Amino acid sequence: MAEADPLLPRDAPIVREDVTRSTFRVDRRAFVDPAILKRERDHIFSTCWLYLGHASELKRPNDFLIRSVGGRELVFNRDRKGAVHAFFNVCPHRGAQVVRESSGNAMSFRCFYHGWSFNNNGQFASRFDAETYPADFNAEGCANLRSVPRLDSYRDLWFVNFSAEGESLSDYLAGAKEIIDLAVDHSEIGMEVVGGTQEYSIRANWKLLAENSNDGYHASETHSTYIDYLGVSTGYGAQALRNAKPTLSRGIDLGNGHAVIEYAAAWGRPVAQSIPTWGEHGKAVIDAKRARLEELYGPDRARRIARGNRNMVIFPNLVINDIMALTVRTFYPEQVDELHVTGWALAPVDEDPQFRAWRLDNFLEFLGPGGFATPDDVEALESAQKGYRNLAEVPFNDLSRGMARAEKLHDDEEQMRAFWREWSRRVEGVA
Amino acid sequence: MTEWAVAMTDQGATASLGRAAFEDFLFHEAALLDEWRLDEWFALFTEGATYEVPTAGAPDGADPQTTLFYIADDYARLQHRIDRLNKPGAHSEFPRSKVMRVISNVRILSENAEEARIGCCFVTYRSKNDVTDVFPGHHRYLLRKTADGLRIAAKRSYLDLTNLRPQGRVSIIL
Repeated sequence: MAEADPLLPRDAPIVREDVTRSTFRVDRRAFVDPAILKRERDHIFSTCWLYLGHASELKRPNDFLIRSVGGRELVFNRDRKGAVHAFFNVCPHRGAQVVRESSGNAMSFRCFYHGWSFNNNGQFASRFDAETYPADFNAEGCANLRSVPRLDSYRDLWFVNFSAEGESLSDYLAGAKEIIDLAVDHSEIGMEVVGGTQEYSIRANWKLLAENSNDGYHASETHSTYIDYLGVSTGYGAQALRNAKPTLSRGIDLGNGHAVIEYAAAWGRPVAQSIPTWGEHGKAVIDAKRARLEELYGPDRARRIARGNRNMVIFPNLVINDIMALTVRTFYPEQVDELHVTGWALAPVDEDPQFRAWRLDNFLEFLGPGGFATPDDVEALESAQKGYRNLAEVPFNDLSRGMARAEKLHDDEEQMRAFWREWSRRVEGVA
Repeated sequence: MTEWAVAMTDQGATASLGRAAFEDFLFHEAALLDEWRLDEWFALFTEGATYEVPTAGAPDGADPQTTLFYIADDYARLQHRIDRLNKPGAHSEFPRSKVMRVISNVRILSENAEEARIGCCFVTYRSKNDVTDVFPGHHRYLLRKTADGLRIAAKRSYLDLTNLRPQGRVSIIL
């Protein structure tokens, strides 16, 4: 991986960590150089485990949907027997897409170009007149839909890997599994994706969103209008929120480039933290949920599930935010200065309708293209991308915050350093 | 929740104000938004009104209580949206975008002595940071006839897009 590359001379690495001086700098070429994007496609998006979708999105046998993952287009489906598959959405015959609707339910797929058809387990199902093709035509499976090299799941989250080699999903996820568990354990029965997908874009390099997704440092500055709103909507008052001292605050390197920030926050958490505006009924339901969590998991873990907020980035591009709502988000580079985001809301299957409505309110108030916060993040990322036009004279980003501190806080930058160390290992070939 | 799945050809137009009166109202509303006179725009809404933007391509009749929208404001949250957009801390719209709306194909979907359901098409242009985004879609209004003139009891803005690429965000009022 460390072959000579004129754009990446070994004496000028992109990621420059100086442990003795507690400084961490990233060369802004990382955000603008198409040659670096090419290396990322080869060494990150073609070798890492990438999020495909949630099991609840394929409720019934024969359900299918289309997903864009790592620059490929996949059919994610359940076959007639309920088994989950991921196929490249391309006809083995002449290359047209075999599925052109974004989702549906189908026993088989048929290419509209020449009519080759396939069972929904991927097996070639066309019948031709004798002698049209040799008798052993599909002996090697060349006429079947092509499956992704590896497909695996962890707690109903399905992942693909475009490389047949490398560590298992379980080993890859490393410490992220524990954080996923805290989110999935919101329900004893299971979690589901709530109807509707937010598909939007940002005119910025994809790594800017990876950084932003667990950046606790920018919130008070970038999201001041949300905090103003939160003061009123929760019933606590904006000044009280600003004066509150952060508790439970930490930034955790989860291994393999994954990292999470954890902290307490004043917003209502439908899993088990009520706010004054939810009233007596809301508090009663929350108290019952909290008691049940303690019964199941003991007081410490119950408290963490109920009160801890966690923004996690699973390297390179899966974000699970267990905050005022539970969100799953992936994003990919479309170009060096453009990324595409896809976001979902995750919720307990057995959620009370009033809490489901509050959860969606919470989601929309902060998150997504029309929220009171996400559009300002988008503006910040696009602004940074514009700022990088000055990289010849102002070449480095600084990510040193908290590096000198023994215990990293949620508004330090340890989680971004974890991302960049893994990025550097894969893209720059640094051990 | 307002019932939005109104039959497209339902025109029970007894005692109609006439299409021009509704058009004038919609054109006035568009001008207030184009000129960023947001407090005056908010004053067009009745107490208890809603303003909603479903996700791109959502069917008419989608329910924000059970499905993910971009915007599903009740009256109080809409007031906050306007307060926010008036602050420099609303970075996505400060400096403000240049915006321009074209309203067309205005139809009276149903009307009685108290209220009317109005449909129209819109194209909204938003320019900022050297980029112009185009938002095509259709509005559905529930308008009340009051002593002070027409007022909005519900507005829903459907984006006739399959997703929000490349627009990226709905940080303006549509």
